[in-house]
Amino acid sequence: MSFLRLATLIRHSARIAEPAPPAPPLFPGAEVLGGSVQVRFINAGGCNDCALEVSAAFGPVYDVERYGARLVPSPRHADVLLIVGSVTRNMAEPLRRTIEATPTPRFVIAVGDCALHGGAFRDGYGIMGPVSDFAHVDIEVPGSPPEPADIVRALRRMTGR
Amino acid sequence: MNAALSAIIIAFVQVVLFVFLAPLLMGVIRQVRATIEGRAGAGIWQPWRDVRKLLAKNPVRAEGSSWMLRAGPVALMVSSLLLCVLLPLVGTIPFPSIPSDLFVIVSVMLIGVVALALVGLDGGTAFGGMGSSRHMTVAALVEPTLLLAVYALSIPAQTSTISAIVETRLFSPAVIISPVSVLALVALSIAIMAETARLPIDNPGTHLELTMLHEAMTLEASGRDLAWLEVGSWLKLAALLGLVSNLVVPWGVVTEFSALGLALGVVSITVKVLVLGVLLSVGEIFLAKVRLFQVPELLAGSFALAFLAVTASYLVV
Repeated sequence: MSFLRLATLIRHSARIAEPAPPAPPLFPGAEVLGGSVQVRFINAGGCNDCALEVSAAFGPVYDVERYGARLVPSPRHADVLLIVGSVTRNMAEPLRRTIEATPTPRFVIAVGDCALHGGAFRDGYGIMGPVSDFAHVDIEVPGSPPEPADIVRALRRMTGR
Repeated sequence: MNAALSAIIIAFVQVVLFVFLAPLLMGVIRQVRATIEGRAGAGIWQPWRDVRKLLAKNPVRAEGSSWMLRAGPVALMVSSLLLCVLLPLVGTIPFPSIPSDLFVIVSVMLIGVVALALVGLDGGTAFGGMGSSRHMTVAALVEPTLLLAVYALSIPAQTSTISAIVETRLFSPAVIISPVSVLALVALSIAIMAETARLPIDNPGTHLELTMLHEAMTLEASGRDLAWLEVGSWLKLAALLGLVSNLVVPWGVVTEFSALGLALGVVSITVKVLVLGVLLSVGEIFLAKVRLFQVPELLAGSFALAFLAVTASYLVV
């Protein structure tokens, strides 16, 4: 794309982010984060629809980054683990190690019905159980999949902004 | 007032100012980028919040990692702080005994580069090692360009002390728009983009395994280790942008010590660095990261420019 076309495109599209809804109450204990939340996303065995909604929440329309949440590439940088999907046999050990590698104070947000109680895959032979069997879940975001606005609200409870 | 005392005061002001300015610069760069992308953006104070929180967290270090993971981030931070002391940012009054020579400055920068590479290796992960090897490859290509570009700038000043170079440009502005200076500044800017891991050499926003340079080395750091690494890198970027801005627009820099002059120097360097940060951020929107195998070509190009600048400086007087 040429320089001028890109510049025109930027000028025409202007602001894509939607206006911010009122802030939800701060999650008790999240004061230590002081408005800065680094998020590590983990798909413990979901079907990827929650993952799509999470990426929409971090996209330009919902723009959860404006409240101080940011996706990071390593659990060592993270404060919040955003877990989607019910835990499969292959992901149980990586999930345990990821939680161990996250520095304290850390919080866990379970996103989607599968992560909360198994959802459609509950009695599958490859399923070890919901996320709460492996980690202490601080915030639950129900829905199959939940809307990006719900995920944004859960993250805003962490940042308090 | 004697030269030593005023040099110490200016160095102290520079360090305090840049520790405050570096996170603000990152905030401005990210906010400008977010605005252009159509996002709302996290605000210019977000890097401050990030650092404050990281310092409060308990670091988790990889099993079997050595003291390097603890000392490396501090070494990077110290080398960046030393840059803030030695470079002529607020004022050009040099320390009488410590040389702020171009070789000293490049060596101080190299301490941070090596410390970061060792931190990357120490975690023992594949990504860390890969990032370190790429980082050292880039560093090996960047250092000669940095030296040669500043050498070309030092010829009109007839000294390799950076403060004297800035002073010469302040008192005889005709030097600034000479072909030698333009060639050297372009070479220097490309070298600094590579040194501070900005586009098009490295993408600071990416976490894609195949393209990471800087990010790959910090993957295993957490808590305050990560905070030192981040602030150290930001400080380096801010200090080098300050150097470039003082070479291009030297007006406002303190040459003779006075309280009013110092205040003016602080304001002018803050404005210069932030304006350059905005320009950098807008420029990066239009750039894509070059393929890793093309990075040496780009850096060889900048080396050629620096070499031309040195050659030209003996022909064009």
